Amino acid sequence: MTRTIKRLFSYLFLIIASFISVFPFYWMIVGATNQSVDITKGKLTFGLAFYDNLKNVFTTTNIAQSIVNSLFISIVTTLLAILISSAAGYGFEIFSSKARKKLFHFLLLSMMIPFAALMVPLYRLFSRLNLINNYLAIIIPAAATAFLIFFFRQNTKSFPKEIAQAARVDGLSEWKIFFRIYMPMMKSTYAAAGIITFMNVWNSYLWPLIVLQTSDKMTLPLIIGNLNSSYTPDYGMIMIAIVIATIPTALVFFIMQKSFVDGMLGSVK
Amino acid sequence: MNKKENRSGWGFVSIAAICILIFSFYPMLQSLITSFQSGMGVNLQFAGTTNYKRLFTDPQFLAALKNTVTYLIVQVPIMTILALFIAVLLNDNQLKFKGLFRTAIFLPCVTSLVAYSVLFKSLFAQDGIFNQFLMTLRIIQQPIQWITDPFWAKVAIIIAVTWRWTGYNMIFYLSALQNIDPSIYEAAELDGATGFTKFFRITAPLLKPIILFTTIMSTNGTLQIFDEIVNLTNGGPANATLSISQYIYNLCFKYTPNFGYAAAVSYSIVVMVGLLSFIQFKVGGDKND
Repeated sequence: MTRTIKRLFSYLFLIIASFISVFPFYWMIVGATNQSVDITKGKLTFGLAFYDNLKNVFTTTNIAQSIVNSLFISIVTTLLAILISSAAGYGFEIFSSKARKKLFHFLLLSMMIPFAALMVPLYRLFSRLNLINNYLAIIIPAAATAFLIFFFRQNTKSFPKEIAQAARVDGLSEWKIFFRIYMPMMKSTYAAAGIITFMNVWNSYLWPLIVLQTSDKMTLPLIIGNLNSSYTPDYGMIMIAIVIATIPTALVFFIMQKSFVDGMLGSVK
Repeated sequence: MNKKENRSGWGFVSIAAICILIFSFYPMLQSLITSFQSGMGVNLQFAGTTNYKRLFTDPQFLAALKNTVTYLIVQVPIMTILALFIAVLLNDNQLKFKGLFRTAIFLPCVTSLVAYSVLFKSLFAQDGIFNQFLMTLRIIQQPIQWITDPFWAKVAIIIAVTWRWTGYNMIFYLSALQNIDPSIYEAAELDGATGFTKFFRITAPLLKPIILFTTIMSTNGTLQIFDEIVNLTNGGPANATLSISQYIYNLCFKYTPNFGYAAAVSYSIVVMVGLLSFIQFKVGGDKND
């Protein structure tokens, strides 16, 4: 094979792969403007049903409330998770001792625990605490994850320890060093961790499905699931809901593409 | 390290550590205990290995196990090879529009699992766009019953999952490829190495740790597959796509709750995750580690 043919093949393959990757997004946006019956028939052009679909989804479902719920849960969880996990990542790296190293490796094991093994006991735990149908049941278990701690610990390696040392000599307390020096210096690490966590929480389905039981408490993915599982799903409405659910994560991705990709890579470096 | 610093160290790590102990390790232990208990709802009694014995004769569990393993052994290799192939193509320095291709192929990762599952359900409709496309290309004569045929429903799920995760894996490979010093390739070229030799002698061995990492992640993810199954096929037709996670969910929240048996089923996933990760480490891990 000559170089030119090889190159042509590369472009052809990448164009096809890109097309396949992007096409469902086009499909979803076109779908939001079409009637359900046209969508199942595979209509590929924009229609006139956008306003009707939008009106229908907002009048027949709790979607407005669910957007508020999803935002609230995602933002609170993200803030709490990056605060708690970054403190741990910082602690494990800066105050490294034998005992804490062992604890760190033990905590990492939790990444291997499948959620399937946790859902029964967690459900029973939260029902004993009377926290079923309460956002706390979603927020609290997500407040610390081994992945985030690992992520912050890896990134703390680039934090100059001499600065902490100098601040200590100046009489700053350990927590003040963390809040006033570490946090502002590690902004991009926090941004990446925040994006990853926000996306995970925003998109999570199984645990909220178990815990949230009344429709006024439901998050966006649950509303989409309900629309989809009705006897005759209205795809026009579903497409609008999917577009709404995808906007925040797509926006976050495009605005912060660089730190997002770097953040993902940080986990394997 | 002095005493005060040591105390601060524990201060920083303790909240997170306690959270993980309470919400991961403790439930995991409790799940193990529950798996030896039996009864409906919350009235549980010790039942020895009854639940585990039941696993082997439960047709629904066996179907779910078979389906989940099928997803695993078909989907993970396809996705890994595809992601690796795309990453190698994108790693070409002379390639134009590199950023555009990368962004496009990574884009599926921004959708939620529920959203893309529902999206694919509409793509796979009987007179939907997928069948129309295949018929226009004359690949098929009649529309495929994607959602209602036991075989094609599985294929639909595998296609959907591959669409969602290939770009994600590709990013990891791409970053690893960019960390490889180009002079290694130049030296190999001087020695007369072809594209294939370069890939199998240089690229593949250097990417081994990343491939190991991504396949373990994908294996874990696939063994726990839930959102896609529920929203694309809802386990049907006749349990042909039912996954283990969905079966556990059904046992707890759809049928009369049987927490003991559900816990036993969930431990089948624990065992598989542990076993497969162990094998992957043995096969793919660096022996010097």
